[in-house]
Amino acid sequence: MNQLIHTVAFIYILSAMGYVVYLVRQDAFWNQAGFYLLISGCLLHTGVIAYGTFLAGHLPVHNLRDTLSMVAWAMAALFIVFQTRYHLKVLGAFASPLAAAIMSISAQLPIEVIEAPPVFNSIWLYFHIVTIFLGYAAFALAFGVGIFYLVQEQAIKTKTQGFFYRRLPSLEFIDITGYACIVVGFTLLTIGLITGFAYAKTAWGHFWSWDPKEIWSGIAWLLYAALLHGRISLGWRGRKAAIMAIIGFAVLMFTFFGVNFFLKGHHGEFTRW
Amino acid sequence: MTDIVLIGLNHTTAPVELRECIAFTPEDTLVALDQLKQEPAIDEVLVYSTCNRVEILMVTDNIPVAVDITKNFIASIHQIPLERFEGVLYHRENDDAVRHVFRVAASLDSMIVGEPQILGQIKTAYQTATQKKASALILNRLLHRAFFVAKKVRTETGIGDRAVSISYAAIELSKKIFDSLVKKKVLMIGAGEMAELAVEHLLRQKVGDLYVANRTFERGVSLAERFKGQAVRIEEIPQWLEQVDIIISSTGSSELVIRRDQVKAAMRARRNRPLFFIDIAVPRDIDPEINRLDNAYVYDVDDLQNIIEENLEDRKKEALKGERIVDEAVIRFRDWCDNLNIVPTIVDLRNKLRIIIENELTRTFPSLQQTSLADQEALQKMIGTMVNKIMHDPTRLLKMEGHHINKPVYLDLLRRLFNLDE
Repeated sequence: MNQLIHTVAFIYILSAMGYVVYLVRQDAFWNQAGFYLLISGCLLHTGVIAYGTFLAGHLPVHNLRDTLSMVAWAMAALFIVFQTRYHLKVLGAFASPLAAAIMSISAQLPIEVIEAPPVFNSIWLYFHIVTIFLGYAAFALAFGVGIFYLVQEQAIKTKTQGFFYRRLPSLEFIDITGYACIVVGFTLLTIGLITGFAYAKTAWGHFWSWDPKEIWSGIAWLLYAALLHGRISLGWRGRKAAIMAIIGFAVLMFTFFGVNFFLKGHHGEFTRW
Repeated sequence: MTDIVLIGLNHTTAPVELRECIAFTPEDTLVALDQLKQEPAIDEVLVYSTCNRVEILMVTDNIPVAVDITKNFIASIHQIPLERFEGVLYHRENDDAVRHVFRVAASLDSMIVGEPQILGQIKTAYQTATQKKASALILNRLLHRAFFVAKKVRTETGIGDRAVSISYAAIELSKKIFDSLVKKKVLMIGAGEMAELAVEHLLRQKVGDLYVANRTFERGVSLAERFKGQAVRIEEIPQWLEQVDIIISSTGSSELVIRRDQVKAAMRARRNRPLFFIDIAVPRDIDPEINRLDNAYVYDVDDLQNIIEENLEDRKKEALKGERIVDEAVIRFRDWCDNLNIVPTIVDLRNKLRIIIENELTRTFPSLQQTSLADQEALQKMIGTMVNKIMHDPTRLLKMEGHHINKPVYLDLLRRLFNLDE
């Protein structure tokens, strides 16, 4: 099992290298190499997680090691799906190394077996975890795309055609891609929150318990909702949208790590190590 | 011994006044081909003439005579004394001539490195030469290699990738701002060669509606008709800012035509859809401060000029890769030429025959009953005699002195019939 996890991490690293070489050299071969490696890594990873679920009787998310592995999986899976629709090729040089880095950290963490109480075996919980993680991955992509937007905008505004200017597509395309990431992320986050509430109701008897994680998730949700609203009704696009996608992701990161590390709540144990 | 020789002049050796005098019109070219190929010293000839160069490429047995004839021919057809242009002519032989043709076709020798027209011009010149039967075995091969090299240089290096004209640089920028130029609306303010060129490029990218604003409305109307656009009055521009996506401005106005506050107001109505200003006018028409507004981009002539200069530098770097491709092709062409000499071809053919017979013999020996060593030696001897006898007549024909057969053609045919270049 441990070996399989290392193999997955290794394949992700190879994929990341493929994408980075593509970023520099711009020949299609490396892009494809990165893409197919990522697909094979992700398939193996899916198998590993499914096997882990089978062994433990619930999704393996009860320590930081497993949780990070889940994040890396979501990142890879979402990027693969996204790439088939939006061909923002250089995004691979962001998504794949990110998945590789998270997976590598995960593989280094100690294995600890936690006896999970039966309360963790619920269909709501499965949905909650998977959708939330995929949502996070979509927002991470939006974050990367937002940075690409700012870089490209800077190049065009300052009239300096550097390394990225030539490799990045048009501003409009980057903007549309970022928007798509946010829409997907927001949808998944919403479903994730709803299933989370449903699960909380079945497990603890109430939907909302003012847990710090719940509060911060709510804040992130509101932020992204504001971003979408601004775009649809006020035409917030381009730079403003890119900056908000970056801020939104920062809040999300705090929700994910900060709350668990600094504040207490009923999600704490998932990132314990 | 046949040689390839090229004489000519180009933008680096001759000033434009002189190039104008020497340039060949298509009619001149026909006359040149007709006359020069009649000369006994010239076996094959090809002429190409563009605004930056005039070059005559020949296959000859006698370089000095061929060069002399050609120079005098240029002097007589253009009625210009030889002394006036002899100093600017360059002349290249064999490998150097081959390299020169390859470099010209691949646009490595162009004034603007990588410009694509030259290849088409050489193709046309070659067509004319083949129609006039002035080009034969060697030039055919040389030109086909040149086209191949040119294509290879273009696909394997970035020599033609970056825009090197103001209007193309503007189009490239538009493509970095807009996902697609299809259906984007364009407003042209004022007129002028560069602005009109840019509009033509944009129309080729299938942009949507075109609006033309001019200080004199009538002029605007006639311009709009030319580009199948719609004329608008110059006072209406602030309203059109809400509609259009790309604005090309090139007026003679000494004041700003579009101010920052106008664009700022328009951005709200546009819901921040990007707006790209191309300011070709000097003094400028578009307030440069507009570039600071979100989703509005302003490029003036200097900005575009800077981009072009960077791109030219880039092309020169890429051209170095092109030179390597050319060097390789020159060597391969030389190999082919060398093989057209009589001796190597005869040796190759002789070896091929010997190998075939020997192979067959070694396959047959085991099935023969009791061949003595003496028998084998006798058979070996027979191989030598057979090969000699088969080779006798072809060798005699090829080595015959005189001009009544075109030896390169025979040799080439021989090599191809027996597949000697495998």
